[in-house]
Amino acid sequence: MPEPQTPDEAISQAGAGGATDLAMEEGTSLEKTPGGPEGTGPAGKPRSLWSDAWRDLRRNPVFIISSLVILFLVIISIWPSLIASGDPLQANLDDAQKGSEPGHPFGFDPQGRDVYTRVVYGTRTSVTVGVCATLGVALLGSLLGGLAGFFGGWWDSILSRLTDVFFGIPVVLGGLVFLSVVTSSTVWPVVGFIILLGWPQIARIARGSVITAKQNDYVQAARALGASNSRMLLRHITPNAIAPVIVVATIALGTYISLEATLSFLGVGLKDPAVSWGIDISAAANYIRNAPHMLLWPAGALAITVLAFIMLGDAVRDALDPKLR
Amino acid sequence: MLLEVRDLHVEFHTREGVAKAVNGVNYSVAEGETLAVLGESGSGKSVTAQAVMGILDMPPGKISGGEIVFKGQDLLKLKGEERRKIRGQEMAMIFQDALSSLNPVLTVGEQLGEMYVVHRGMSRKDARAKSVELMDRVRIPAAKERVGQYPHQFSGGMRQRIMIAMALALEPSLIIADEPTTALDVTVQAQVMDLLAELQRELNMGLILITHDLGVVADVADKIAVMYAGRIVETAPVHEIYKAPAHPYTKGLLQSIPRLDQKGQELYAIKGLPPNLLHIPPGCAFNPRCPMAQDVCRTDVPPLYEVDEQRRSACHFWKETLDGR
Repeated sequence: MPEPQTPDEAISQAGAGGATDLAMEEGTSLEKTPGGPEGTGPAGKPRSLWSDAWRDLRRNPVFIISSLVILFLVIISIWPSLIASGDPLQANLDDAQKGSEPGHPFGFDPQGRDVYTRVVYGTRTSVTVGVCATLGVALLGSLLGGLAGFFGGWWDSILSRLTDVFFGIPVVLGGLVFLSVVTSSTVWPVVGFIILLGWPQIARIARGSVITAKQNDYVQAARALGASNSRMLLRHITPNAIAPVIVVATIALGTYISLEATLSFLGVGLKDPAVSWGIDISAAANYIRNAPHMLLWPAGALAITVLAFIMLGDAVRDALDPKLR
Repeated sequence: MLLEVRDLHVEFHTREGVAKAVNGVNYSVAEGETLAVLGESGSGKSVTAQAVMGILDMPPGKISGGEIVFKGQDLLKLKGEERRKIRGQEMAMIFQDALSSLNPVLTVGEQLGEMYVVHRGMSRKDARAKSVELMDRVRIPAAKERVGQYPHQFSGGMRQRIMIAMALALEPSLIIADEPTTALDVTVQAQVMDLLAELQRELNMGLILITHDLGVVADVADKIAVMYAGRIVETAPVHEIYKAPAHPYTKGLLQSIPRLDQKGQELYAIKGLPPNLLHIPPGCAFNPRCPMAQDVCRTDVPPLYEVDEQRRSACHFWKETLDGR
């Protein structure tokens, strides 16, 4: 990564370069002339959309805060024992509903399990569900939607109607129906369900942006110069169509995490003995007047996590959408 | 003959009906020869070129008849993949607007080098060296430094030269230039045309120059084909057509060029509008606008009359047009 230029520098260099170009265009001699000292040549450092976006992001406090939070969440979801030494499943009914005490800063839950440890271990579930579901949705959705947009025809019609069908399924109701038949207590049924209902959203966006990118002259030009379908898709269309998919997927990640908590809360997502904020919130909800700490800690963790991902998505959108500049 | 288009018919199926964009076009180009295809918007000149290149959008377009013989084989009988291999290697196209014809997210060098990577299987490094060579060839100053820049960092004329470089990369034997200078200002136009003509001579390529600018044609073309409503109305060696047009439409076009010695007078314009391609008038398509139209023009489609060995005119009264100037 080259040193970033200040905007003023960049503009003045671009201006100088432009002026030199113009002079060369208008000059009678078209002989090869070396670039001026700060003219055409290396001075105007090439900047791609991505390096531009990165430059924007690094100066955005929202991005910095949210990505630090997310980095922290990812680290503790991989190594929860870094900050929590206990066992999230160890229960002692004598401690049930007790408040904060030394060594147990968040107190105990109705089963006498340490809330702090459970909140820390719950991160793993949420992050795993969020990341896996988003990856699955993004891959499946952009593959199906992108191909539909590129090739059009009957495949496009079928896929578009299919997305309509999926959009018609209410998420929570669908979850109750699909997941109540599953007995596994791992995260995978939930991830699968979210992918199943989530892909049409990305598919529509990918389809739309591929159709827009496809109509660009440079795609036609690439075709006229003998590029194959796969090359046009990968090299010319994908880089120009992927930004909206990334933005929507990042924002969706947060909502998938809260969706997992919702489903677990309703008892169809993850089930005991799995550790999940949704399960803990559900168990604590009955005791909210006697022992609110059992509810507030996991709920707070959930809110912060979802907020961090949505803020990240927002920052990415600001950086990638040229219309907002 | 390098390329022969024989009795080509192209239709577009739209909701309002069938638009007959090309109705029996014949033209031919030899190695090292420049054919200028002249006509106003909607006359079918670009559609013919797209059909030759095989980049017509089908549907809605449809080639309903004719042959496109390139180096002895009928391109319309080839399969899609064989056709693709010809594009870029054997024939290439230069588009009107170089900014939109270059991919904004790839550097110029990547796009030039792609030609070698795809068609010649070169490594990226060799391809980059070749790109610099190409940029030198089309006289882009400081090519070595600029090869890593993005299209928006180049001026209009330079971008068009990069498009030319891309088209020339594999030294095809036929180049189709679709209004290559329309988006440029006048001084740059001349430079780009000169460059194109020079490279064409050097590589002994056939060149089809599509334009509506008579001024551009005069200097570089060997022969001219004038199109109107999807038909060729006149073909002739370039100088003869300027001396004495044999079709009233050509005559009208020539009269409507602003001339220095007619300062202060009202500029001549051909009355009326080009026909709606959904309802081409019976007889000669030009008859509603033609000052010489007689009854026969409204009933009989004029064949291409042989004016002399090299000239053809699709006018029942070509003799009168030729004499009465």
